[in-house]
Amino acid sequence: MTLLEVRDLHVDFQTRDGVVKAVNGVNYSVEAGETLAVLGESGSGKSVTAQAVMGILDMPPGRIPKGEILFHGENMLTMSKEERRKIRGARIAMIFQDALSSLNPVLTVGYQLAEMFRVHQGLGRKEAKARSIELMERVKIPAAKARVNDYPHQFSGGMRQRIMIAMALALEPDLIIADEPTTALDVTVQAQVMALLADLQREYNMGLILITHDLGVVADVADKIAVMYAGRIVETAPVKELYRAPAHPYTKGLLESIPRLDRKGQELYAIQGLPPNMAKVPEGCAFHPRCPAARDICRTELPPLAEVDDARGSACHFWKETIDA
Amino acid sequence: MGRYVARRLLQMIPVFIGSTLLIFSMMYALPGDPVAALYGEKKPDPAQIAAIKHQLGMDLPLWHQYWNYLTGLFQGDFGTQIATQRPVAEVIEQAFPVTIRLTLFAFVFTVVVGVLLGMVSGLFADKAFDRIVLIFTLLLISIPSFVLGYLFQYLFAFQLDWLTPTVQDSRDIGQLMLPAIVLAALSLAYVTRLTRTSVAENLRADYIRTAIAKGLPRRRVVGVHLLRNSLIPVVTFLGTDIGALMAGAVVTEGIFNVHGVGNTIFEALNRREGSTVVGIATLIVIVYLVASLLVDLLYAVLDPRIRYD
Repeated sequence: MTLLEVRDLHVDFQTRDGVVKAVNGVNYSVEAGETLAVLGESGSGKSVTAQAVMGILDMPPGRIPKGEILFHGENMLTMSKEERRKIRGARIAMIFQDALSSLNPVLTVGYQLAEMFRVHQGLGRKEAKARSIELMERVKIPAAKARVNDYPHQFSGGMRQRIMIAMALALEPDLIIADEPTTALDVTVQAQVMALLADLQREYNMGLILITHDLGVVADVADKIAVMYAGRIVETAPVKELYRAPAHPYTKGLLESIPRLDRKGQELYAIQGLPPNMAKVPEGCAFHPRCPAARDICRTELPPLAEVDDARGSACHFWKETIDA
Repeated sequence: MGRYVARRLLQMIPVFIGSTLLIFSMMYALPGDPVAALYGEKKPDPAQIAAIKHQLGMDLPLWHQYWNYLTGLFQGDFGTQIATQRPVAEVIEQAFPVTIRLTLFAFVFTVVVGVLLGMVSGLFADKAFDRIVLIFTLLLISIPSFVLGYLFQYLFAFQLDWLTPTVQDSRDIGQLMLPAIVLAALSLAYVTRLTRTSVAENLRADYIRTAIAKGLPRRRVVGVHLLRNSLIPVVTFLGTDIGALMAGAVVTEGIFNVHGVGNTIFEALNRREGSTVVGIATLIVIVYLVASLLVDLLYAVLDPRIRYD
């Protein structure tokens, strides 16, 4: 059975300026041991989708008017609050972007790790602490025993992110959602943290949803990619195929805007324009104002996610031309 | 830590000298004559007054009088009240515990009720309860304490007959209730608002999102993760608030006839009893300094990011 399947998910927010439709009919799935990378600019709905899966959306103002989130085949949106709480952290865990602000500043990391065992498994203080030290060792924090009583601010950025990872890993969940786990880190540390995450994923055969806007990170670890734009998935494909021949102009733009050594000295490509204001998304294809290949139909008709092949989809009227170009 | 405390204690010395000198000079500069006041309506004999003044050392220049006062102080002599001939130390000894009791009562009331109201309205920000508390605190802030005092006296003592209108026995907690609540009113409003803002703000913090994502029960998210972070600014306020409560006691004690420091200092001011006023004011300053030191230390316990060394 599929580990996680998101079906036709819609999320909107009631704001003073009216209803903002942040996610409009997203479909994706993750199998055990598989890594799905969700790619997109800020405001594309990638984090909101993840928060809906996690069950940590602020509702209100958030609302899920439509859709299903199936975890091991069970729709989590119809579960009781208590049932969902028990899944959170234990079966589905999340790693956040900024570990410094995501860890509680006034509690020791040992306490925050031990909390997982104490709340979900009812372990005593001592036992939970021993397990926390083990966890810290597993994510390769040096001198774990001595540092278990330190506070988050006493760790370096990379070590803090390892603690976030340890916390997510504590109860060996089936699925981990990592929301830009390396964005706040130095480049060298980024690679280490990503490698650690990938190793642990393999070891425990977990599903991983990696939310990012960094294409470089994706290429190494992801199995498949979903590219989001304005609350929709515009392209989905196995990672190699997407890099070889993108089937959507937006994906193409993203790939071309990666700095490359073999194009040294040339001007870096940038997608023109700005991401759309989610309160008034453009008619037709939301990307058309920024698309170099936009034609009349793009301004009026919303392209459906067309099947490119069994494993690929593209929400572009002209995906055939794009893929061949 | 030890060095920090030592430094803070040493800093109290200049503050002590400064505040005594300031209050002493102000008493000196005030018009009115405590010795002449002894004679009441009778016409005093100038020669006699001069003699008494000479005996009390009041004919000396200001700096000399201050010096005499300070040296006396360090020998444990707070001076003597002119009118009653009672040693000031004895007057303070009698009045201080009363005020401490009243202030502590008010303080506990402020903390318990203020934090509780603030927590609930912060958790339900912009809901009906929050709006009502907002209006309630606005009222408390804008009504002066003497108006509130008489209002409560009228309502709870004379109309409803729940509490005694004035305090006959300051050791009776029941009798101290009304003055303590009136004294606490203003601070209570501030603590409520501060807690409310802090809770509402921290509720949106990333680490609260993490706590929820960890699958912790709401009770734990609020009680462990939210509460401690939210109380940090409140504790800072409470430290300085102890001083404000003691100063506020002057008015409250007057209304409810509590024989504490406030009443004593008020009477002493009217009679121009310099040594009494300076003695009490200095003690209040010291209590204030010690309280703020304690709060700063507590601050470090609440927030491990603060380190004193």
